[in-house]
Amino acid sequence: MKIEIITPDKKVFDGEVKSVRVPGKKGSFQVLKDHAPIISTLDSGPVILVSPEGIETVMEIAGGVIEVKANKIILLADSVK
Amino acid sequence: MANLKAIRIRIASVKSTKQITSAMKMVSAAKLRKAQDKIVKLRPYANKLQEMLAGLSQSLADSNVENVYGRVSATEKVLIIVITSNRGLCGAFNSNVIKEAKRVISEKYYDQYHSGNLSLLTIGKHGFDHFRKLKMKMLPERNSLLNDLTFDNVAFLAQQVMDSFTAKDFDRVELVYNQFKNAAVQNLTSELFLPVTAISDGKIKAVPVDYIYEPGKEEIIQELIPKSLMIHFYKAVLDSFVAEHGARMTAMHKATDNATSMIKELTLLYNKARQATITNQILEVVSGAEALNG
Repeated sequence: MKIEIITPDKKVFDGEVKSVRVPGKKGSFQVLKDHAPIISTLDSGPVILVSPEGIETVMEIAGGVIEVKANKIILLADSVK
Repeated sequence: MANLKAIRIRIASVKSTKQITSAMKMVSAAKLRKAQDKIVKLRPYANKLQEMLAGLSQSLADSNVENVYGRVSATEKVLIIVITSNRGLCGAFNSNVIKEAKRVISEKYYDQYHSGNLSLLTIGKHGFDHFRKLKMKMLPERNSLLNDLTFDNVAFLAQQVMDSFTAKDFDRVELVYNQFKNAAVQNLTSELFLPVTAISDGKIKAVPVDYIYEPGKEEIIQELIPKSLMIHFYKAVLDSFVAEHGARMTAMHKATDNATSMIKELTLLYNKARQATITNQILEVVSGAEALNG
């Protein structure tokens, strides 16, 4: 799965991941391979990326929106810490 | 014939001015590139956001989404946001914006201006100083914004403007700024910031996909509209910032060119004067010798 994490100031992350956990407005959820297309707004909280090798990366975002479509994830974050 | 020493001093002074202007040109060129980078980095975010909004507004075509930023009412209270620069030496950059702002006021908001319902928000010292002298109704200036231009800072101000719009402090908010075209050309722009009637600008068409929307279409759109407004505001400030450096670069380039041609003229004048003195001296010697011989 390809994921891009973009803020208005820069592209924070662009690469392959095995899974992503994001802080959705209605609760945190995980996106795995072949997830159904979804658009969801996000609360502030941690985004947990798991790389294909199984390494976890955590990013704190201050809200945003995520789009998942055909194994391509785009996460528009307001800001990333 | 002009004094040799005076010309020499003049040449030296023009030369040092030329050094300064060409250094400033280089600095502006570097800053221009950096600022342009910011716009390029903003683009993927802005495009994606527009795409999502387009998709959402397509699928929501029939239902009425409550849009607090789309309140259209009689134009009683107007806010004009004028974006200038903090520093000078950038040609007609600032005076153009100020002129445009005055034109907008006199053509579109004359009545509001006379009834005292027109306020100005200036970003940039030059606009602030100018309009303060005219005793216009001003909101506190935001000049420091340009010293540290990040999305967070601009979004904070945009949020305040949007809040005052929803609180009915203003019925219309208009932006006046220089849009960057290239280093030499700025497009003077005045555009409506609030209210927004069209949710998406229609430039980017979304491919219809059956998405799951969480929490729901309306909620998402209500969150995306302020975001897209902030992006709009940020883009305007960035555009003006890039245009400022472009304008300064061009102005400094012209100044350097002028200094070069001035040095050339002065050197010619200097050489002529020098030649004339030498000729005079030789003439004196020769005529002295002649007198002795005769």
